[in-house]
This record gives sequence, structure tokens and C-alpha cells, in this order.
Amino acid sequence: MPTKKASLAMPDTRGRFGDYGGRFVPETVNVALDELTQAFKLAKSDKEFKRRFANLLRDYVGRESPLYFAERFSAQVGAQVYLKREDLNHTGAHKINNCLGQALLAVRMGKKRIIAETGAGQHGLATATVCALFGLECVIYMGAKDVKRQAPNVRKIKFLGAKVIPVTSGAETLKDATNEAMRDWVTNIETTFYIIGSAVGPHPYPMIVREFQSVIGKEARRQMLKRLGKLPDYVVACVGGGSNAIGIMSAFLKDTALKDTSVKLIGVEAGGHGLASGKHSATLTKGKPGVLHGSYSYLLFDNEGQVILPHSISAGLDYPGVGPEHSFLHDAGRVQYRSVTDKQALKAFKTLSITEGIIPALESSHALAYLMTGEEFKSKSTKMLSAKSPVVLLCLSGRGDKDMDIVQSKLEIE
Amino acid sequence: MTANTMKTAKTITDFARKFEELKKSKRKALIPFFTSGYPSLAETERLASIAASAGADFLEIGMPFSDPMADGPAIQFSSHQALSTGLKMKDTFSLVERITNKTELPVALMGYYNPILAKGISRFIKSAKSSGVGGLIIPDLPPEEAVELQESAQEQNMALCFLVAPTTNPKRYSTIAKSSTGFVYAVTVAGVTGARTSFSTSTDTYLRELKSNISKPIIAGFGIANGPTARKMVRHVDGVVVGSAFIELMRNNSRTAARKQVGRLIEEIRKSLDSGNNK
Repeated sequence: MPTKKASLAMPDTRGRFGDYGGRFVPETVNVALDELTQAFKLAKSDKEFKRRFANLLRDYVGRESPLYFAERFSAQVGAQVYLKREDLNHTGAHKINNCLGQALLAVRMGKKRIIAETGAGQHGLATATVCALFGLECVIYMGAKDVKRQAPNVRKIKFLGAKVIPVTSGAETLKDATNEAMRDWVTNIETTFYIIGSAVGPHPYPMIVREFQSVIGKEARRQMLKRLGKLPDYVVACVGGGSNAIGIMSAFLKDTALKDTSVKLIGVEAGGHGLASGKHSATLTKGKPGVLHGSYSYLLFDNEGQVILPHSISAGLDYPGVGPEHSFLHDAGRVQYRSVTDKQALKAFKTLSITEGIIPALESSHALAYLMTGEEFKSKSTKMLSAKSPVVLLCLSGRGDKDMDIVQSKLEIE
Repeated sequence: MTANTMKTAKTITDFARKFEELKKSKRKALIPFFTSGYPSLAETERLASIAASAGADFLEIGMPFSDPMADGPAIQFSSHQALSTGLKMKDTFSLVERITNKTELPVALMGYYNPILAKGISRFIKSAKSSGVGGLIIPDLPPEEAVELQESAQEQNMALCFLVAPTTNPKRYSTIAKSSTGFVYAVTVAGVTGARTSFSTSTDTYLRELKSNISKPIIAGFGIANGPTARKMVRHVDGVVVGSAFIELMRNNSRTAARKQVGRLIEEIRKSLDSGNNK
């Protein structure tokens, strides 16, 4: 029974997490996925590769990232909130962890040209950064709407010497950028390495992305034990494709049987204008299993099987799919998936800024907003903070510099 | 079974029979592709008839999907246009039914996997079958992921056409060939669909290699847009699919002009294929 197995033992050789995952791709890329699987397998057991990756994470990214007790924010939500500060990484988000790992793989495989899709621009920025670092040609696909709403990142990507191609099909967001990146990959398969930015896509990508992001959880677990001598009661992260979430949660999956949860894991999806509005990106909450971008996973689509255009104020969460391992963890009941609206995320954005002097990314603001809904801690009659208050480990996946324009315009409307 | 469904039920046998016929007459298969509902359902139906009288042997009908990952700009455009008119899967099925009643040509349906999953695999294949679809081409479904679909297809005697690409490891040829009960769809280029003016010099070697390894009918597609290319591509294989070139004609011309030009292009390709055979 797949539900009895910890998902870390997964995926199987076909890239399945239980029923989810697999490889639903045009035939042309099949061989490249085999080569990547093989290269990753060899790299994982190669001491030199691991040493190089670890050194770069330390010297270039600035790891380990701090674990910070957000006391004034904690008082607002009635829980002891510890922030895993991925926002302090070089380039301002967790994305760089994965990009470094995949770029090292690309170099190992002798690929000279890198392509990537990006929503908020954080993955595009991280990819452009590692390409500059390794001297690789870099092409970033970005929905035309995102090019506009995440302008600061677009400028940075260009400064780093990468080419940004605005994608004008569909809703002009992350989904469409991914389609276009896939088409480029199919066309330039011999020369090109596709750095996928989230724990999505065909096998072996979800496995590779989890591996390179697992550093978040490994550090946070160690830091928690050192600081408090115990594990947190909750681990909370936002979920678009789900790479920061799987990165932090992977360290808390294996020591408990899937149903026996000592650490409660919560993934927070983008509720957009509200679940009833139909304008949201809450894939696990409102979707059904389907196939998009190479894997079988929860997806937002209509009765005809046509993919529904998602919505979120956060470009990084504005995606109709989700990583296959999250679908598995959802069905297994190991992770609870919830959602918050654009409005709630904005409020959390402001609250963390004011109470802690930390401006969070709109993506990460979703995780923060969930704590503010009181859903988890409402049994406490007061929000008085004490040593007995639940301990929350929250992945602050990125910083909010890139979101200034969006937040500014929303606040003006209000 | 009523007389009518007897007539419209195209099956693996129809595909096989057609290929037998073609083999006997030393004729290469010409398979025009049209997107269902572009520019309208009535127009697709009309174009199917035009294709039939201009020398087509099969038809490939595209079932539009919101995210056609393997398709270039022309088919993307036609898919989005068709979907924006509110086109549903059942409309495509009735279109195929009308076409097969009218033209006698076996029809292969091209579609991405998610709409099929959404409908339910078994239900989809039954509906496709009863509307007269003879075979399926699903560009994002490799044989390794198609076990359930294969079972349903076998039950319903529906032909499956899996794709092989220039990058495919020759070790997989036999898996792909074995799973393909209609024809093997040989993608001519590493890339997406769309008319091309040049092909890699290795394409010829690859297609010859395929033919020497695979005994089932092989149809080449992707990028073929005119008579000379069709003739070049068909040298080692059993036929060609031409698609984006027609969509470009429809996109850039009035409907009446497009009909004429599509018919003319099919005739041209037919002539090229036939002259190639005589040499």
C-alpha cells in the first residue's frame, strides 16, 4: 500500500509517488529525461559533486540560512513562530538552492545552454545568476503579464546577461511560460538543459528538485533541535508547485508513519479572490488528478479536461498544477493543504513588515497569512504568547522586494 | 449493431485494410490534419470532403487542448480559436461521425491526454469508437504510461499510434512498435509541429533505420508542408501527415480562397508522392 510508505522512499523507478508523477511527455524528450536520471544518480553518490554543491551553498548562497524567532509577529497569532530565513539567500529566495544543483548537473552533462520558466521571476533570477556563475547561455521564458508585474526581477535577469522571452499565449503567466520552455526544450534537446524551478514536471524533476531543496528542512530541523531541544508542532509553507514546501517538509516526513503525525505539516495554497469565485490557484483544495507539464498530479481543469486559468496576486503561486509528491501527501493525509485569499496574504505582508522589519515575498505571505486566520490556534481564548504556545516552523521562502509595485497598487486601491 | 453504425465503425481492421490496399497499389498514404472546429465545425467538415477528393487516404483530426505542448504556433492558434468558440469534445465526435459517413476515409484523432482522462478512458474510447474514430494519436502519452488506455483500446478494437522521434533510443523502437496497433508516427524533427523549409541531413538515415527495424506501417509527420518535402520524407516510410501548412492557409486567406488552396496543396502533395513511387 503506497499510503504506508514514507514518500521519501519514492518515487519508484517510473517516477511515481503512489499514483502520481510519471512521465507524460513528447517522445523527443524521453531520452533526455533518461540521461538526466542517470546523471543525477551518479552525481548523488559523487563526493566531489556533493562537496562542490555544499561549498557553493555556503560561500555563494550564504547558507545556512538563519532560524529566527519572530516574537512580535508571534504575539499577533498566538503561536511561537520561527522563520526559516530563505529570504536571506543570495537572490532573495529558496530558488537558488535548486538552480545551483541543476546547473552543476548541466555542467557535468556538458550542456552549454540553459532554459527556464519563471512566474514571479525568482526562479528566472536564480537561473540567470547560476548561468553567469558557470558561464552558460541562458534563456528565460516568462508570461507577458508576469514580465509587467515583476519588472524588478526582469531587469535583474537582463543585467545578468540572460535573455527574457515574454510569452503571450494563454493567460500570459507561469503555465504558459512552462509550455513555451517545454517547446524550446523539445526543439533544442541536444544542446539544452531545462532547469525546472519547482517540484513539478516529468520524472526525474520532482525528485531532483526535492533533493536540492531538502537542505532547507535538514538545516531547520537541526536548528530547531539545537534551539528548543524538540521538533516544532507545525511546519508551514506556501505551495504553488511546492518546492520550498517539499524542501522543508522532507526533513519531517520520515520519522513518523504517514498517519501518525507528531509534527503537523501544513501547505498553504493561493486562494485568490476566494475558492467560490473560481479565481484562485488552490490546486489540491479544489482540483482533481490530471496531466499537465509531464506529470499526473492534482490540476485545475473543467469538465472538458481543459486547464482552467488560475489566479493569484502572487505570480509564483499563479499555477494550475502542483508537484506530484504533494498530491500523494495530500491523499495520504500526511500534509494538510489549506488556502488563503489575496487579501489575507496582503494583510500578512503588511503585518510581518511592521512587526518584524522583514518584508516577505507575496508567496511566503500566504504561509504567514494562514497563521493569522486563527484556524489552527483558535482554541486559545486569548492570543497571549507563552512557552506553552504551539511552536511553528515557517518557511519564509523569499523576500518581497520584487512585489513592491503590486503591493503599492493594491494598497492604493484599498 | 444497426446498419448505420456498421458503416461508420472504423476500427483497427479498417486501418490495416487501408494499409494493405495502399501497399498493393504501391501508393503512399497522404494524411491531412485539420483542427476540429477551426475555423468552424462546418468548415472542418467541408475541408475533410475536399481532402478526400483531392487524394487523401486517411484524415487526422485534432481535438483542441488548452496547453498543446508539442505544437508550434499554427496548431496552437487553431486550438485556441476553436476552444474560444466553446467547442466541446462531443462536437468533435459528431464532426467525425459526419465525416466518416460522408467520406469513407479512416479517421485518426489527435489529442492530448488530460481531456481523455477527464472524460474517463473507457468512456472516451467508447464514444470515439461509436462516432467512427479508427485510431488515436496522443503526443504526451508514451507507451510506458498507456497501460490502461491500451486495455480499453484493445477491447474496443481502436488503433493506437505511438510516436517515435529522431532522439528515441533505438532500444525503444520495439516497445513503441509493439504498442502501436495502427501505425507508428515518426516525428521527423526534434521540435514542435509547424511548417519547415529545411530538415537535418540525418532525417533520411533515421527514417531508413526506423523502416528496417519496424514492420508496422510508419507515417512521417511534423514540418512537412509541400510536395517536394513530402516526397523526400516518404522515401523510406509509408506515408506523411501534413497539418500546419493547411492551418496557415486558412489563417491567411478568406474561407473560399483557403478551400481552394488547401485542395490544391493536397493535390500537389498527392502528385509528388505518386511520382516518387514510380521512380
